[in-house]
Amino acid sequence: MELKRNAGFFTALKYKGQGPMLTFILHRIGGLGMGIFVTTHILASFLSGDVGNFINGIYEHWLFQIFIFFCALFHGINGLRITLLDLFPSLIPHQREAIWVEWAVFIPVFSFAAFTILTTALGS
Amino acid sequence: MKRTLPISKRGLNFETIMWFFTRLSALAMYGFIIIGMIGALVMGARMNMNFADVMRWAFMSNSTHVQSTNIPDIAPWANAFWRLVASGFLLVASAHGVHGLVVIADDYLVKPLQRNVVRLLSIVMLVSIGLIGLYVIWTA
Repeated sequence: MELKRNAGFFTALKYKGQGPMLTFILHRIGGLGMGIFVTTHILASFLSGDVGNFINGIYEHWLFQIFIFFCALFHGINGLRITLLDLFPSLIPHQREAIWVEWAVFIPVFSFAAFTILTTALGS
Repeated sequence: MKRTLPISKRGLNFETIMWFFTRLSALAMYGFIIIGMIGALVMGARMNMNFADVMRWAFMSNSTHVQSTNIPDIAPWANAFWRLVASGFLLVASAHGVHGLVVIADDYLVKPLQRNVVRLLSIVMLVSIGLIGLYVIWTA
């Protein structure tokens, strides 16, 4: 049952997985970020009071909004690619092209949203 | 080379079912978000909410998420339909998310005992967050 691993941590960091590896890592960061956010946000709403307001106050900060929007948007778009390619396996040979499409959707939408968040937070 | 096995020769265990569930719940969450956005527009979001507020509502249709907007009457946003949509979204998303945490943990914890502890903790987390979330949704 136990796995034998012959690659150390620092060797693993140097693994050159390129585009697909980058989406894999960002998918994890996005998923973990949203998991921690949603869990603590539910707990903060449940507790309310000083503790709840303190935690929800962090979530209203523009830096956090940009971070969590990155998590949600990337996880959503990348998850849609994974879902479509897994449910229609004949498309899997085109996964690198699918990743390019993914970035072509993600970069403009995220840039526009981050710009809007920034101008709303700092502009007025 | 033909790489797909016929259904009868594929194993159908818990991991396979959860693999399928993860994909289907992703599509379901897109459905919930679209229902929330269309519902907000039908209930007058266009004149009274900015896009960020619509997104906040679409990602979780809890009436406290529209309290700070210019919506004049919050009652239609707090009816049983939207509470049911929010409950469904919460349960689907937490099952999807908790299973995702288990998948990540399995990449780093490989001993059977460690994995069993993670599974036990994940069940405790799923049940407690589900109950607390339902409480928040239905008492807001």
